[in-house]
Amino acid sequence: MFYAFATVAVVASLLVIAQRNPIYSVLLLIASFGALSGLYVLLEAPFVAVIQIIVYAGAIMVLFLFVVMLLNAPHEDTDFDERTHPLLRPGPMRLGGLLAVALVLELVWALAAGAGAGRFGIGSVTSVAAIGRMLFTDYAFAFEVTSVLILVAMVGAVVLARKEGGQ
Amino acid sequence: MLIAQIVLTLFVFIALLHSAAAMVWFERRLAALLQQRFGPTRVGWQGLLQPFADVIKLMFKEELRPKAADAFLFALAPVISATCAFAAFAVVPFGGTTTLLGLLPEGIHLQVADVNVAILVVFAIASMSVYGIVLAGWSSNSKYSLLGGLRASAQMISYELSYGMALASVLLVATSAASANPVDTMSLTAIVNGQDGAWLHVIPRWFIFLQPIGFLIFLTAGIAETNRAPFDFPEAEQELVAGYHTEYSSMSFAMFFLAEYVNMVTVSAVATDLFLGGWHGPLLPESLGWIWFLLKVGALLFFYVWMRWTLPRYRYDQLMAFGWKVLLPLSVINLLVTAAGVLYFQ
Amino acid sequence: MTSAPLEQYLMLSAVLFGIGTAGVFVRRNLITILLSIEIMLNAVNLAFVAFGRMYGRADGQIIVFFVMTVAAAEAAVGLAIVISLFRHRESLNPDSFTELKW
Repeated sequence: MFYAFATVAVVASLLVIAQRNPIYSVLLLIASFGALSGLYVLLEAPFVAVIQIIVYAGAIMVLFLFVVMLLNAPHEDTDFDERTHPLLRPGPMRLGGLLAVALVLELVWALAAGAGAGRFGIGSVTSVAAIGRMLFTDYAFAFEVTSVLILVAMVGAVVLARKEGGQ
Repeated sequence: MLIAQIVLTLFVFIALLHSAAAMVWFERRLAALLQQRFGPTRVGWQGLLQPFADVIKLMFKEELRPKAADAFLFALAPVISATCAFAAFAVVPFGGTTTLLGLLPEGIHLQVADVNVAILVVFAIASMSVYGIVLAGWSSNSKYSLLGGLRASAQMISYELSYGMALASVLLVATSAASANPVDTMSLTAIVNGQDGAWLHVIPRWFIFLQPIGFLIFLTAGIAETNRAPFDFPEAEQELVAGYHTEYSSMSFAMFFLAEYVNMVTVSAVATDLFLGGWHGPLLPESLGWIWFLLKVGALLFFYVWMRWTLPRYRYDQLMAFGWKVLLPLSVINLLVTAAGVLYFQ
Repeated sequence: MTSAPLEQYLMLSAVLFGIGTAGVFVRRNLITILLSIEIMLNAVNLAFVAFGRMYGRADGQIIVFFVMTVAAAEAAVGLAIVISLFRHRESLNPDSFTELKW
C-alpha cells in the first residue's frame, strides 16, 4: 500500500518537472497530492489527509490552473535550447546538479543504513477534537498570526495583480 | 460480510444512476405542471420511460471532438465530474442497521464507508469536482467554453466557503448537549443518531429547528455548488451557448448531466442527514428508516426543481456579490451565534 | 496491513524534496518553479506527519496545518507577482527578467 502511493507520488512529481505543458504539470501535481493524501491516511492522520485534498488539491491548485489558463502560458519553455541550457554544459550548474543528486542519494543511504530503528508504535487515530484542542491552547498565538498572514496575503495578491490604472 | 458490503456498494452505485434517470423525468414533469402543461406522458405510463428514451437518443448521437481540443483533457473532464459526483455518496448513510428482513446473520449499516471525518470528505470531493468543469472549459478550446468554465469554477469555490461554515455550525450543535447522543467525531452516522427522538414527544429533534439559518445557507450554497438555477449562469442556454459543455455531445454530455443530477441528490442527502434527521421517523422501525430518508430527500429535490422553474436567473456579478457579501458574512455570524449558544446552554 | 518503517517515509520525503529542488533549478517557466516549491513543501509535510506518528503526538499534524496555510498564502502572492510580471514582459521565462528596472 505504501509502495503504491509512494511510487505514484514520486513518478507524478518527476513528470511535473519534466512536462512542457504547464496544465499537465498542474494536473500531475494534483495526482501527486492525492497520493500523499493516501500516505497520510496510512500514517493515521485522516484529518490532514482530507485537509490536503481540500486546501492543496482543491484550492491552491485551482488557483494555479486559473493563472495558467488566463495567462495562456506557452507550451514550450521559450528559449529552451539544449546547447545553451546551463545544466547540460560543463560549468558550475552541472557540478551543482551532481552534488544535489549525491546529497539525496547519501540521505537515502543513511536512512537505509539505520533501518529497524524506526518502527512505529501502536498509535491511535488522532481525533479532530484533540487537534482542535491543541490548536487553540498550545498553538493559539500561531493560529491567530496565521489568520493575519492570510489577510495580508489576500490584500497583497489583489494589489499586485491589479492593472496599472490605479497608480 | 464482505459480500454484503460489495453488494451494498454496487447497489448504491446503481441506485444513484437510477435516481439520476428518475430526476430527469421528475424535473420535466414537475416543470411542465408548474407551467400548466403536461410534459412527457407518452413514453410508457405517465412518461416514466422518457429518461431511457433520452439515454438511447444520446447514445446514438455522433461523438464530436473539436480538432484543436486537447484530446486527453477533453475526455478526462466528464470523467472527473461524474466520478466525484458518485464518490461523494460513499460516506453518506441512508438508513439504519438493517438485516434485509432476516437474510443476513447480522445487521449491515446502510452506508458504504463509515469514516470519522465524513463531513470533511464530502467537502473535499465537492472541491475536486471543480476540476471537471474547469478542464471541460479549457480543453474545448473555444471562447464560450473557457469563459463558462472559469466562471462556473469561480462560483463553486466562492460558495464552498459558506457551505463549509454551515457544516461547521451543524457540527457545533451535533457535538453539544443539544443533540441526543453527542459524540466527538465528524461521522455522519453519529450526527444522524444525534437527531433521534423528539422533544415533548411531538417535535422531532432535528437540527433544522436548532439551526434554521444554517439550513437555508447550506441549501443555498448547495444549489450554487451544483450550478443549478437560480445560480446556473455559467451553463445558461441563453447567455453563453451552454457554457462549458458547448462542445460536448453524446455520451460525454450525458456524463455532465449525470454528474449534475447525482450532485443534486448528494447535496439533498447530506442536507437530510445533517438537518432533517436522516432516517429517523415516527412510525417505522429503525431498519426501515430508509423509507423516511427517501421521502425527505424527495422533498428536498422537489424544492430544487421548484426553485429552478420559479426564480429568474442571477446575473454573474450579482451571483458573486451575493456569495461573498451576503452569504459568507451570514454564515460567519451564524457560526458565532451557534458557538455562543452552545457555550451558554452547556 | 503493516505500515512501512519510519525510514522509508523519510526517504520518500527526501526524494520528493530533491525533485522539488531540481525543478526549481532546472525549469525555465515561472509557474513550474512555483509548482516545484509546492512539491518541496509537501515533502516537508510528509516528514512532519511521519514523525508525529512516530512519537504519538498531534504536533506533527498541527505544524502541517500551519505549513499548508503558509503555502496557500505564498502561492497566492507568488502567482500575483507572476501575473504582473507577465503583463510587463509577455513571457514566463525567468531569463527575460534580468534587469532591475524596466
